[in-house]
Amino acid sequence: MHARPIRLAALLALLVTALVLTGGTVSAATASPATQAAASGAAAECALPKPTDDDTISILGRICDRREDPQVPVEGVDVTVEDDAGKVVGEATSGADGTFVVDLPGAAVSLLGKTFTVKINEDSLPEDTEPEVLTRKLPINLDNDVSVTFPIGAAGPGGTGFAAQALQLAVGGLVFSALLAMAALGLSMVFGTTGLTNFAHGELITFGALVALAIDRLPGTISIGGVEVTVIIGVIAAFVLGGAFGWLNDAALWRPLRRRGTGLIAMMIVSIGLSLFLRSVYQYIGGAQSQNYSQYAAVTPWEIGPVLLTPKELLVFLLAMGVLVVTTSLLQFTRIGKATRAVADNPALSSATGINVERVISLVWIGGTALAGLSGALLGLTQGFDYQIGFKILLLVFAAVVLGGLGTIWGAIVGAFIIGLFTELSTLFVPAEFKFVGALLLLIVVLLIRPQGLLGRAQRVG
Amino acid sequence: MDITNLFGFAVQQALGPTAIIYCLAAIGLNIHFGYTGLLNFGQAGFMLVAGYSIGGAVTIFGSSLWVGTVVGLLLCVGLALLLGVPTLRLRADYLAIVTIAAAEIIRQTVGAAAFSDTFGGQDGITDFIPGFRAANPYNGPIDLGIVSWGAYDAWVMTVGWALVAVCCVIVWLLMRSPWGRVLKSIREDENAVRSLGKNVYSYKMQALIIGGVIGGLAGFMTSLRSAAVGPSFFATDVTFFAYTALLIGGAARVLGPVLGAIVFWFLINFFGSFFSQATSGPDPLIPSWIMDSSQASIMRFILVGLGLMLLMIFRPQGILGDRRELAIDAR
Repeated sequence: MHARPIRLAALLALLVTALVLTGGTVSAATASPATQAAASGAAAECALPKPTDDDTISILGRICDRREDPQVPVEGVDVTVEDDAGKVVGEATSGADGTFVVDLPGAAVSLLGKTFTVKINEDSLPEDTEPEVLTRKLPINLDNDVSVTFPIGAAGPGGTGFAAQALQLAVGGLVFSALLAMAALGLSMVFGTTGLTNFAHGELITFGALVALAIDRLPGTISIGGVEVTVIIGVIAAFVLGGAFGWLNDAALWRPLRRRGTGLIAMMIVSIGLSLFLRSVYQYIGGAQSQNYSQYAAVTPWEIGPVLLTPKELLVFLLAMGVLVVTTSLLQFTRIGKATRAVADNPALSSATGINVERVISLVWIGGTALAGLSGALLGLTQGFDYQIGFKILLLVFAAVVLGGLGTIWGAIVGAFIIGLFTELSTLFVPAEFKFVGALLLLIVVLLIRPQGLLGRAQRVG
Repeated sequence: MDITNLFGFAVQQALGPTAIIYCLAAIGLNIHFGYTGLLNFGQAGFMLVAGYSIGGAVTIFGSSLWVGTVVGLLLCVGLALLLGVPTLRLRADYLAIVTIAAAEIIRQTVGAAAFSDTFGGQDGITDFIPGFRAANPYNGPIDLGIVSWGAYDAWVMTVGWALVAVCCVIVWLLMRSPWGRVLKSIREDENAVRSLGKNVYSYKMQALIIGGVIGGLAGFMTSLRSAAVGPSFFATDVTFFAYTALLIGGAARVLGPVLGAIVFWFLINFFGSFFSQATSGPDPLIPSWIMDSSQASIMRFILVGLGLMLLMIFRPQGILGDRRELAIDAR
């Protein structure tokens, strides 16, 4: 009797340790970029400008002559920034270090999802220079300053233009995919074990972001060994409280409904009511305005070849990947994971073989919601908090889950990476405002060709 | 607190143009969900297509509202075919996911800045209403004591309630015909119907088209009510509100959605103005540290969500329905 709770506790401890370990490496990583940036600033003549430390989003750019080594900054080039409609929203001239800064007008939140075009005026370039690109399109996805480079002269190592742009977008897509995968895993596991299509899953994601925000807004800061860790504590709290919230969801609502024998369609409509209810409660608590987390330091991105990567992106990606690996290993190799997969396969048969189905379902709710909460907290860190943050990506989570195969573990992850990369990379060809549309269209096309999803089995679908 | 005023306002709204929109949307959903058991979560998409059709017919093509109406209804049929072909052979939740996704695709595409020359972006289309306004037979406001409506609202309501009446008669006639009985038996047991040699897929498709077209009528009323259409009028929540209205009144009943929409919109407005009155003034009924005026406007949506959950759990048949008829399950 006692063996199981102990093993369970051990599993949870393992998960938490993994989380803390990843968190540890991550905090070590955050410390380094400042020093690194300072070092690189001195070495290369043509450095990126320092991010501005204010609430607005700025476009930070540099114009470098690559025919020299080290690269030489180009001074006195006129730059204009235009919005989607072609209206000029800002102008600047590059300084002695080749850099320019254009502050985008309006609140940072209202700019998310828009695309701006940065143009350099060919006439203002020095006579002997030949620019590689004259315009660059910049989608604003994160509430960060955006960096852009205009190389002059022959392409350096790593290539530029289309390939570099694709690579840069793929990096952003991978980060988003990892977050999407955590959210999708929870939804898919709940569907697999209980058959419930949970339209309130977006609100479970928002819950994590809200918990992290609440911890962030507590008076004072939490620090360990002189390093401020308020945000890290907030993310861990989102994971733990998310699990508790999932248990509460199941124990207070879904388990009683299963006991009553409520139909799946009725449960789906109940989940819509829950979604409306929770979303409005979040708005009641958090307000309709978007809010930023305090530890929101603007850090200089690292340059890896042609790709710019911020420490925050890397940190979020590593943490998400670590959690995904741990979760899938638990599902794949432990007894309880095996039981979970058995229940997802056939609840009646697993019940007959002595598996406590209700306990497995309860665990799935705890684990799935903890993952969703973690994903929400990290998403909040990259985008800022909004009471609809989960609801806005709910359809993408659905797309990921259906694409991979409803109820399958690997399907959810594969689907999330396809959808995440697709949304970002599609901005190469279509305006950024259509990237969600593209992903949802992909979902419908897949349903037409392969309704059971990529990794689903055909007999699941009636 | 002014109770008479509170009730008067809520009654005026409950019979007014917006209640008619939810009423028509819910009648469409009644055919989908109540009679056939199809879970269409994209009713807002049908409404948008129709609403933009009559706006666009005038502003883009310079033709009349009538042409817009015909085009709108045809587009609704097309949308139903587009949604039905990939999903109607699959389990019920696939239709739910695809319809909700499709409605959002259409909304984001129409609201995109790239098409702002045609569809007006986030601002939508305006100035297509003069023809409808000119046909208004009312010269002044209608005053019935505690409730009154302006001349334009009265004209919109006349058209709207006439449409509701026509739809109710059509639904009543359809559902007492052999065709309607097949729909109901598909809801109860799809395989049994199939074994009797009926083409279940085709029946489901017909139901999806008819319900979608009635949803299109709701879209027409949306653009006539506001004399404008914009993407924000057709958010996902509109579909959810229509479901709430349907479930309050009682699914699979001809008058269920009508009663439901009136009660739903009455309650929304009653609670809306109740909480706004309770939090306003120098000495509010509810102290401001519990609820301020912006939070007061959210209270009604919290109640809608809670209400929808409790309704589905404890009284899925609503006011008029029959519990045994709604014991449907996903298949």
